[in-house]
Amino acid sequence: MAGDITEMAIGLAHYLIVAAILFVLGVFGIFLNRKNVIVILMSIELILLSVNLNLVAFSSALGDLTGQVFAMFVLTVAAAEAAIGLAILVIYFRNKGSIEVEAISTLKG
Amino acid sequence: MMNWTLALPELVLACAGLGILGIGVLPRRQDMFFPVTMAVLGALVLAGVLTIGQGEGAAFAGQYVSDAFARFGKVLILIGAALSLMLALDFNETDRDLARFEYPVLILFAALGMMLMVSANDLMTLYLGLEMQSLAAYVLAAFNRDSERSAEAGLKYFVLGALASGLLLYGLSLLYGFAGTTNFDRLADTLTGEHAASLGLVVGLVFVLAGLAFKISAVPFHMWTPDVYEGAPTPVTAFFASAPKLAAVVLLARVLLQPLGELGAQWGQVVWLIAAGSMILGAFAAIGQRNIKRLMAYSSIGNIGYALIGLVAAASPDPAVRDEGVRSLLFYMAIYLLMTLGAFAVLAAMRRRGRPVEAIEDLAGLARSDVGMAIWMLVFMFAMAGVPPLAGFWSKLFVFRAAIEGGYVWLAVIGVVTSVVAAYYYLRIVRVMFFDPLNEAGALDVRPASLTVVMAATGLFTALFSIAPAPLLAAARTAVAAVMGG
Repeated sequence: MAGDITEMAIGLAHYLIVAAILFVLGVFGIFLNRKNVIVILMSIELILLSVNLNLVAFSSALGDLTGQVFAMFVLTVAAAEAAIGLAILVIYFRNKGSIEVEAISTLKG
Repeated sequence: MMNWTLALPELVLACAGLGILGIGVLPRRQDMFFPVTMAVLGALVLAGVLTIGQGEGAAFAGQYVSDAFARFGKVLILIGAALSLMLALDFNETDRDLARFEYPVLILFAALGMMLMVSANDLMTLYLGLEMQSLAAYVLAAFNRDSERSAEAGLKYFVLGALASGLLLYGLSLLYGFAGTTNFDRLADTLTGEHAASLGLVVGLVFVLAGLAFKISAVPFHMWTPDVYEGAPTPVTAFFASAPKLAAVVLLARVLLQPLGELGAQWGQVVWLIAAGSMILGAFAAIGQRNIKRLMAYSSIGNIGYALIGLVAAASPDPAVRDEGVRSLLFYMAIYLLMTLGAFAVLAAMRRRGRPVEAIEDLAGLARSDVGMAIWMLVFMFAMAGVPPLAGFWSKLFVFRAAIEGGYVWLAVIGVVTSVVAAYYYLRIVRVMFFDPLNEAGALDVRPASLTVVMAATGLFTALFSIAPAPLLAAARTAVAAVMGG
């Protein structure tokens, strides 16, 4: 919205680029991470937050509230998802005694 | 314009779920599994009756739509959920750890999420329905919480499922940003003519396709399927292979046909590759499997490939071919759902001295110890291999015909070749059951009556479908008219 006032203003494209960078970091965080599963959970949150940034930036640029409503829903679901993810991680740790990514290999073939 | 009575099946199911959950947490929880399962079955049947009598139209300011297409999906989803719940009834006697009242309630909430998915008329409803189903499914996969394999299946399913949701959501945000709306009807209006091929929209479309391909476990997003299917308890695997796949395919079809229908030239090619890849991988990767649940996982990947042939035909410029493509897709998924549940009923009955067994060799000599079960399994395996006149033959025939009429001859050729390859491992199971000597470990346990009911119901449908195919064909025809007409 404020794109035209000064030459240094931050426009929609900047927000989209930051969101895209966060998204790529999140995806790489899942695939390149060889250490532990908590980092994967953090990467998932990073992906969801990058989407929220996208939604809010679009919402502001379009002058349409739908994107912000959507972002609220995403926040709520992300909280539920994190809760379930941690619960599953706890039962996994109780069975296996480790949350190293390399160790998750009982099922394969 | 709330018009909330239109969503009565979902509302009833949601309230029933909350009520049942409330009753379940009252004291004496050890005995609650059976009554809660019965209550959930009742709620599913009630929702089914309400679905059949559901009106037409949009509700909740266009977020929710009820049409024949959604109703077709919903009835099958409820059938799938109810049958996979019946597969778990014998938990009561065999697996004390699994006989917890949360199990039926989770199935109920997953079914509710799936009903929202097929009724979605807005990107937000789509996302919320999908997440509701997925979150319940992650817990179900890890339901046997004292088993390392089940916990690992749950963890893998969760991580990869959450990644898929992230991809999907990123695509949805791009669709919203470049089209300026989240409503399917308004998206369809925006995406006509000049506007159709904006780069942002195509990128968004690809992300949405990737996310949904993950949920239906199509190549190249299939890698979670074998591990999760093997690790999760068998009734849970049966559930994963049936209703959620159907719901995701119906959702995918609606998204691609209604709001993104004008981008058919773009998504048609992507779906072509996904379909061909799934068929080929499903046929060849299953050959070397010794674990029968893993084999069924590859089989389900292959089946999704065949079903997607119908969706490829639906991208054709010719309206007649499009109609036939979607019709064959719905028809294929309906038959696949019942066939798969039947086959998994047999797998759920594979127990020796109370413990589940999963190797194909454990079925050796089944015809000598339990000829009834061997015959049902024979019906399901022949149907999946596409032997006429069983149901699986007609569903394959219809998708191949749609492909040929749409000019996708190569896809049909790949389909026929991979069917022949896949027939090898289906028939191998039949050979092991009928011609191999009885397994040294002894006969399998006597199967519980609940599994016999599921086997008989789905088996009779599969075997005798050719006698009365008209109702299913008519239902598919009405459903397609609802989604293609508007």
